[in-house]
Amino acid sequence: MPEIMLSTDNIVMKFGGLTAVSDLSIEIGKNEIVGLIGPNGAGKTTAFNVITGMYSPTSGKVLYKSRDITGSKPHSITERGIARTFQNIRLFKELSVLENVLVGCHLGIGTGIFAATLHLPGYRKREAEARSFAMELLAQVGLEGAAEEKATSLPYGKQRRLEIVRALATKPTMLLLDEPAAGMNPQESFALMDLIHKLRDEFDLTIFLIEHHMQVVMGVCDHMYVLDYGVTIAHGDPASIQKDQKVIEAYLGVD
Amino acid sequence: MALALFSVFLVVADSFFDAFTLRVINLCAIYIILALSLNLLNGFTGLFSLGHSGFMAVGAYVCALLTMPPELKEMNFFLVPIVPVLKNLTMPFLPALLLGGLAAAFVGFLIGAPVLRLRDDYLAIATLGFSEIIRVLITNFQTITNGAQGLKGLPRFATTYAVWITAGLVTVFMALLMRSSYGRAMKAVRDDELAAETMGVNVFKVKVTAFTVSSFIAGVGGALLGHMITTIDPRMFTFLLTFNILLIVVLGGTGSISGSVIAAIVVTVLMEALRFLDEPMNLIFFKTQGLPGLRMVVFSLMLMLVVIFRQRGLMGGREFSWDMVGRLGSLLGKIGRRGGSSRGGRNA
Repeated sequence: MPEIMLSTDNIVMKFGGLTAVSDLSIEIGKNEIVGLIGPNGAGKTTAFNVITGMYSPTSGKVLYKSRDITGSKPHSITERGIARTFQNIRLFKELSVLENVLVGCHLGIGTGIFAATLHLPGYRKREAEARSFAMELLAQVGLEGAAEEKATSLPYGKQRRLEIVRALATKPTMLLLDEPAAGMNPQESFALMDLIHKLRDEFDLTIFLIEHHMQVVMGVCDHMYVLDYGVTIAHGDPASIQKDQKVIEAYLGVD
Repeated sequence: MALALFSVFLVVADSFFDAFTLRVINLCAIYIILALSLNLLNGFTGLFSLGHSGFMAVGAYVCALLTMPPELKEMNFFLVPIVPVLKNLTMPFLPALLLGGLAAAFVGFLIGAPVLRLRDDYLAIATLGFSEIIRVLITNFQTITNGAQGLKGLPRFATTYAVWITAGLVTVFMALLMRSSYGRAMKAVRDDELAAETMGVNVFKVKVTAFTVSSFIAGVGGALLGHMITTIDPRMFTFLLTFNILLIVVLGGTGSISGSVIAAIVVTVLMEALRFLDEPMNLIFFKTQGLPGLRMVVFSLMLMLVVIFRQRGLMGGREFSWDMVGRLGSLLGKIGRRGGSSRGGRNA
């Protein structure tokens, strides 16, 4: 087992009387690609929201590089190196493609507001670095030609890729992808999984991804967790998950 | 080029125009300052604030109290004497102006910290409430502010040059800020708060920063306004003033610096030019009685038209460029040619 990057310890997330996630315990090793799958409403996105600090869990702990990050603010979790994308695309609508990526570099630029406003030399240098880094990232996913276009004018598939690139701009060590292939046809989905594989190697990432369709992630995941009604019903490598009786029942229903 | 021409115009205006015209021109500059400061919140950071008159009042009062000589203060505070500490405190205009801005920024920071946890309409109501609180405080702290009597006979420091240089500086500052990484972060917060937060932007800090900077500029604008009309009292800083600035921001385009500048000039000039509407009119067939407030109807209509047909305002979030003039020119040319050719077709 490689060094553990992210683990959760019996996370419980309740909304009033509803338990969205119960006793979720996962372990993700360095450079692994791990899947979180399950039917609609299984609590996958809630689990992501707890890990990235959008919700504070009712009980349980989130550990990143063996440090407790439970209940930290989302931006400070990003600062520690966990970046994420969203299921429903959340790009900055009025900004250009390049500017969207540059927002991700905000932390990296990190000068004070006065240095930035007055465009002092230190800020200019960092801004120039950020720009060339952002352009490199865009080139990775074939979006360099669209840098000056408005983000929302891109076709759907490219918007998805832009979201991933924007997350990479925060220089993460761990990337959480929430249904990156949502709304794509099978070919596009598989192309995206190839891209994810490539990015993992290129940027030395650990990837945790949610997917609704099992087939799509079978090929890329090292191992996966299956949720149903907030409960972890299976964990293992893709082959064993595919045969697991409980998983089949969750997906197809029981007679 | 345009800038040089405009400077020449200001020099000419300052030395030859009558006091009334000059005051309208200077009022334009002050409204530019105020509109830009409100646009920083409403247009660029997506914070719907209605409390601007409060921050202007803070700036105006602090600056006025710091510039008024002791004898003038004694004359003003004839009902209740001023606190002795303030009485003999007098300084030149520039530091007083900056301190006025800083005081407004400080108040903005104090109010912003709790209020900016709210969103949209809740934020609007909370900021409106706070600006009323400021006004009530000013009315009641007679030993400091002279209460409802206001302060009269302020030295006329806000000359044409002073207000236009400030307006220029504020415009340049805004343009630079919006081009920097902080400007981008503010726009990101406006477009999608949650996504901005996950991109590592400290959303709360960005909001408080925008609120504080905006309050500073509003305070400076308020101070200039006070020293231009040389009288300030709490009734000046009601919601109506905020509404006028909001009108400019919406007409010019939320999120457009040049839009605010253009709309500030247009609205200020129209406010004066349309004054005839408030007076009795002779419309050949019948004479109208004076209808005070009729010109505000014109502005309300303009606002409605903009909201219906161009939600993003005149400039729609874009900035003015000479290309735009060129494109408009070629568009007009095209329309002209098309008109000409269709006429030609009919002739044949």
